[in-house]
Amino acid sequence: MDFQIALFLVQDGATNGAIYAMLALALVLVFSVTRVIFIPQGEFVAYGALTLASLQSGQIPGTLWLLVVVSTIAVLAELWRCWRNGLPIGLHGFGWLVGYPLILALLLWYLPLASLPAFVQVLVALAVVVPLGPLMYRLVYQPIAEASVLILLIVSVAIHVVLVGLGLLFFGAEGLRTAPFTDASFEMGPLLINGQQVWVILVSIGLIVGLWRFFSRTLYGKALRATAMNRTGARLMGFSPVFAGKLTFLLAAFIGTLSGVLIAPITTIYYDTGFLIGLKGFVAAIVGGLISFPIAAAGAVLVGLLESFASFYASAYKEVIVFTLIIPVLLWRSLTSHHIEEE
Amino acid sequence: MSPRFSAVHLLVVFVVIVAAAPLLLSSFYVTLLNYIGLYALVSLGLVLLTGVGGLTSFGQAAFVGLGAYTTAALTGATVLPNWLAWMGGSPWLGLVAGLLLTLVVAVILGSLTLRLSGHYLPLGTIAWGISLYFLFGTMDTLGGHTGLTGIPPITIFGWVLDEGGEIFYLIWLFLFAGMLTTRNLLDSREGRAIRALNGGMVMAEAMGVNTARSRMVIFVIAALHAAASGWLYAHMQRFVNPTPFGLQVGIEYLFMAVVGGAGQVWGALVGASVITILKEWLQDLLPLVLGAIGNFEVIFFGLLMVLILHRAREGLWPHLTRLAPQRATARPIATTAEPLQRQVPPPAGEVILEARNVTRKFGGLVANDNMSLDVRAGEILALIGPNGAGKSTMFNQISGVDTPTSGEVLFRGKSIAGHASREIARLGMSRTFQHARLLPTMTVLDNVAIGAHLRGRSGVLPSAWRMDRAEEDRLMAEAARQIERVGLADQMFNEAGNLALGQQRILEIARSLASDPCLLLLDEPAAGLRWGEKQALAELLCKLRGEGMAILLVEHDMDFVMGLVDRIVVMDFGRKIAEGLPDEVQRHPAVLEAYLGDVE
Repeated sequence: MDFQIALFLVQDGATNGAIYAMLALALVLVFSVTRVIFIPQGEFVAYGALTLASLQSGQIPGTLWLLVVVSTIAVLAELWRCWRNGLPIGLHGFGWLVGYPLILALLLWYLPLASLPAFVQVLVALAVVVPLGPLMYRLVYQPIAEASVLILLIVSVAIHVVLVGLGLLFFGAEGLRTAPFTDASFEMGPLLINGQQVWVILVSIGLIVGLWRFFSRTLYGKALRATAMNRTGARLMGFSPVFAGKLTFLLAAFIGTLSGVLIAPITTIYYDTGFLIGLKGFVAAIVGGLISFPIAAAGAVLVGLLESFASFYASAYKEVIVFTLIIPVLLWRSLTSHHIEEE
Repeated sequence: MSPRFSAVHLLVVFVVIVAAAPLLLSSFYVTLLNYIGLYALVSLGLVLLTGVGGLTSFGQAAFVGLGAYTTAALTGATVLPNWLAWMGGSPWLGLVAGLLLTLVVAVILGSLTLRLSGHYLPLGTIAWGISLYFLFGTMDTLGGHTGLTGIPPITIFGWVLDEGGEIFYLIWLFLFAGMLTTRNLLDSREGRAIRALNGGMVMAEAMGVNTARSRMVIFVIAALHAAASGWLYAHMQRFVNPTPFGLQVGIEYLFMAVVGGAGQVWGALVGASVITILKEWLQDLLPLVLGAIGNFEVIFFGLLMVLILHRAREGLWPHLTRLAPQRATARPIATTAEPLQRQVPPPAGEVILEARNVTRKFGGLVANDNMSLDVRAGEILALIGPNGAGKSTMFNQISGVDTPTSGEVLFRGKSIAGHASREIARLGMSRTFQHARLLPTMTVLDNVAIGAHLRGRSGVLPSAWRMDRAEEDRLMAEAARQIERVGLADQMFNEAGNLALGQQRILEIARSLASDPCLLLLDEPAAGLRWGEKQALAELLCKLRGEGMAILLVEHDMDFVMGLVDRIVVMDFGRKIAEGLPDEVQRHPAVLEAYLGDVE
């Protein structure tokens, strides 16, 4: 291997690492606030990418219908809750559940999707996919918020399976790629840097800084951190755990969808690609013990580099190497963290 | 239904129906039943691992693949290297080789991943599940993604099982053997240790159970069940490729176990049947409804899983049993069984426990400061003190839950500081817990029998094949004797979780006694007891003292302590402030100050 190839691998690894870092942050966030190990994180990546691809080809993405159906179920669940608790039945508090999907559906129906500027297409993709996050929390996790981590994990796996199946239904088995944000490329010494990769790295740095500011400067960010540290305490201070859960899932869905939109021009995304991408975010998140943001981000870059070098030296065994790495890391984590039996 | 028509009759009818199935059904349904049998065998392993032991694995499909690929490589069309050639050809050698290889791999993976705590374990199984799958798909010797062909059918005494209706019998024989041995195992000494893994590990260790070993045992058993299923699969299909051994399938196996009822032997069969039949049906139906081709049934299964975990976490089997006749009553206690051997008790008056200058610091906080105490055979010593005095910390130093920062604890002359609680239990020290640690869904009898764990020696295989019954009778008779001794005889076959709090504490004492200890450590035994129960407890402790037992109790209830114990050690702020006879201690100025405040 010469220096140039090494540089190329580093560049590739850093780009992927930036994506894994964003996903790792989302996973750490979700776990520390809700104790959910968010396996479906990767599906948001795939949904984001494939929704954008559908929009660019002028089709209404299947995820819109998912949003409509899931919102309807959520409305029914809310009505049921009102009825059971003897609350007055009305749309107060969840009117947006009815209005938002309706307006979005009308917009998509009338807009010339394929000819919209790329930036607007990205916004539309986010608008369609991101609300699925809080809706998922409402319907799937909120009713069993007090269950053990293991039960929540099995539910996560079940939801992952559902979303992969739906992904196949909506987008078919063909892989899709989207148009890049930019065709620009720069020469830096011996290296050719492609504009999209710069986008990925810049956005992920921006996101990390943004999240950091959110958690250290804003009231909601601080409240989320408080919930992560002490659920009961935060509740006693008047911060609803239900709201914390929805907010966390909103952020996680946003991060996942954004990652998908960013890598769609670089890699071909299939309906089931998200899982492997998400799992690599996991390896990184676990390096951070599902608790620490900076270590998780560093772990993500490490995973990205490992992957790109592994694909050079032993491309057939690339996945084997990356996923086997998780075992020593898990071992190290569980030996260094004190374990108290859940009784 | 008449009482004569018992569960045994149902079982016989079921076996006859299964045996007749290949003669009556079309080959389509026979194949379906073959798959149900194969899947049920894998989810049976998960019933043991996940349902009973509480260890979740998404990676079982990889073990199925290991069993299938081993026999495929040894018996299939591949040319074997010379050093392996002697093994080629025979499916039965393929089975042995597959099981051995799986055993080795499972022990390696188990020793790496079973140490993972809580939710890290299932994540670990996802990781190696994926790794092994990719390995099957990339290794050239295993045929890559096209797989291996030319696998011969299994032959038994010249009978070639090359029809679906023939291998059917072998598959279901394996399954029934697996169900029988799993059921036997759960109802044995090893089984009680396994059932304690889910939520009772601290207690089980204190009773001498090596929980790390028990976890490994069920992990390996589950892996071997999966490998056996893979072997059958390979010789049924006559070719293998990586697809059925991927993570998705591993997830499906777990779904089967959860849907059927993860804690139940029959749940494995119910779950495998429901999922397999639904899958067949949905695979025909969904593409018509949705107008596209693909594995859309997983959408349905995923939603079903979520629904079951929301609404009926125990799965379908418990709901089915409500329709069937009640289970036969428990096995009678063999009162004539030869009593278990007892250790030679130390002579009365001998000092058996000595704590010497024990100090325990948590960071800057000194919870125990230079504490010393000793307990003699045939006496009751009480450790008392106001809240936060450090009594529980001291209790933990003695019982092996925690290790002193400095100082030493001698039990019968041996230093025990820093030893695992199960090693200390082996020496003859047994404890109860401040918050009763019972297995609420097990009977009182089974709970107490865990206490006698170290007095039996039957291992996994004898238990699975019912060669442990003589010893089991002795263990159960001993457990029953201790239950009668503490006065819980009328609750013997009730679930421990149904007992009142006071009775649960008494049960813990019976469990300790079942281990034949010479020193009892009781953590607030009288808390939550009514007056009558306290009287009975005091009487019991007096009787034990009379038999030469040494008892150390931590207690708050002064009336209970003063009338009962021989000597008292009083602690405050981590230090010993007084020691002596109850009368002396009651008048001791430092004690009065600690309890009543400064008397000025």
